[in-house]
Amino acid sequence: MKPFSKLGAMVVTGALVMSSTLASAETIKIGVSYPTPTHAWAAGMNWHAEQAGKRLEALYPDVDMILVNSSDPSAQASALEDLVSVHQIDALVVLPFESEPLTDPVLNVKKSGALITVVDRGLSQPGIEDIYVAGNNPELGRVSAKYMKTRLKSGDNIVVLRGIPTLIDNERFDAFMAEMEGSGVNILDHKHANWNRDDGFEVMQDFLSRFPDIDAVWAQDDDIAIGVVAALKQAGRDGDGMFVVGGAGMKETIKAIMDGETLVPVDVLYPPSMIATAMDVTVAAFKSNGPVAGRYILGATLITPENAASFYFPDSPF
Amino acid sequence: MTVSATNPLTRGKQMKFDVKTAGPAIALILLCIIGFSLNPAFLSEGNLSNLLTRSAFIGIIAIGATFVITAGGIDLSVGSMAAAIAGVMIIIMNSAVETLGTGVATVLLGCGCSILLGIGAGWINGVLTTKGKIEAFIVTLGTMGIYRSLVTYFADGGTLSLDFAIRGTYRPVYYDSFFGLPIPVWVFIVVSIVGWFLLNRTAFGRYCTAIGSNEGVAKYSAIKVDSVKTMTYMIQGLCVSLATIIYVPRLGSASSSTGVLWELEAIAAVIIGGTVLKGGYGRIGGTILGALILTTIGNILNFTDLISNYLNGTMQGLIIIIAVWLQRGDWGKAKAKQA
Repeated sequence: MKPFSKLGAMVVTGALVMSSTLASAETIKIGVSYPTPTHAWAAGMNWHAEQAGKRLEALYPDVDMILVNSSDPSAQASALEDLVSVHQIDALVVLPFESEPLTDPVLNVKKSGALITVVDRGLSQPGIEDIYVAGNNPELGRVSAKYMKTRLKSGDNIVVLRGIPTLIDNERFDAFMAEMEGSGVNILDHKHANWNRDDGFEVMQDFLSRFPDIDAVWAQDDDIAIGVVAALKQAGRDGDGMFVVGGAGMKETIKAIMDGETLVPVDVLYPPSMIATAMDVTVAAFKSNGPVAGRYILGATLITPENAASFYFPDSPF
Repeated sequence: MTVSATNPLTRGKQMKFDVKTAGPAIALILLCIIGFSLNPAFLSEGNLSNLLTRSAFIGIIAIGATFVITAGGIDLSVGSMAAAIAGVMIIIMNSAVETLGTGVATVLLGCGCSILLGIGAGWINGVLTTKGKIEAFIVTLGTMGIYRSLVTYFADGGTLSLDFAIRGTYRPVYYDSFFGLPIPVWVFIVVSIVGWFLLNRTAFGRYCTAIGSNEGVAKYSAIKVDSVKTMTYMIQGLCVSLATIIYVPRLGSASSSTGVLWELEAIAAVIIGGTVLKGGYGRIGGTILGALILTTIGNILNFTDLISNYLNGTMQGLIIIIAVWLQRGDWGKAKAKQA
């Protein structure tokens, strides 16, 4: 029932937009709201949003993309109000700073009749968004574990460096552990390295002092992996088939994979470009003849030397 | 126990064994015993060298902080300052590649700029505090935010990375050893000796203590309070720049997450070491031990899985409070009064 009612709403919205477009020859205004970058991944997300904005406006002269980034949840709430009152947007693409404080502001935008696309962080009430686009955290853990299993045999030892203690970290870690279960690979210990290079370096140094035999490292994140690699090289333990698996899709890491690096042979994608996907899908809601409402969960693709080129953006800050 | 009790007024001059001043050393030895019993690899040469090298960053910054705190000030901006200096150093060195090449000249240029920036940033904190008559807490809270956002801006929200060829030239500054000790440890040792001499054997050191004890009296005693206080912030800035010079070659990058909470770690090291937070009494030796204690706690927590990862902060907090309580608590003084 649900998909049908959603689809119905979509058709109605689409029809309204169509008629207003025809009647006043107005442009389709799409507001895009996301946080100001506080870390490298978010900086990449900002860059991809800008790129997608330029690309879509060039492709469709009647589409106007209004990009706003906000430095905290209340600033984002005000930005959403402005998008409705000043710009009178037809659709909103929003990556909420935090789920809880932005649920009501997004609901108010929806009441104005705009199509709602939510990216990455879900709202705390179901059913507000028409389109949902996100990466897949459990899948990131699972894909990493599957790769580990192809390279390791029973009795081998690995260590795990985790991110900042959050739901995201738990989802990735739990899925990784579940997938590794029964493989016979020993997970010696896991410590939080807070998605940070310095912490990755120090935690890995201590793991190396503590465990004389480590065969591989799951660093979960490309920043942590950079610290891990520096620690391995310092201790001279980067040979003997040792390998590190990170995650996210940092451009330097992807470049190294393209160049055939063996210490970090693969990467698992958690793409900052997901905002671009969301903007594409939102524009498609006005332009495509197919239905687009629904949930889009992006794959946690394993990046290997063969496919790395399609995930490499040299101009992005991440 | 009675031997351990001393009158605080004479403790500076007393040479006999004193549990309160030895408190940080005892705490460090206890931590080492715990570390060794958890895993004998704790005392391996590799781990000890990692520990000392890691302590160098916080240790060098904390020596600067000892001067600021002894003179009654506080500097909250050091972590952000380190990040901003690291960022600017990387930008300068990367842009100097075309003219100066990737050799030692470029690295020296980067280090020189780092020192100028550090002293300059310290001078700004000092002048705003003394001439601007704004509380040090507020001034440095402000500059903390400014430096942190500057590095985010320079890096475009991402990470600044040092040119790969320069990294090759600069790398030994962190990773190489000299007479068996890593170079950062040597820098730490030299800064410690100079700091100890400056605080305990010069007029400047006595002025710092006097100002921290009673600024009004110091002023009437013809001490140039404003310039001495500004100097302490400049020493702090210099220490931050030295720490940054040995930090940058480690991973060759700077981002908005560089040096987060270093200011609080440095202040904690100073206070664990026995320096009084409200000023008037400073101990460089204690500060060094304080920095070693803080690094050792983190190291030990990585050596065991007995304690949940989520409780790391709890363990650190407890040990900091216990280490300070060992020195401040009435448990020694009460017996002294009876005697």
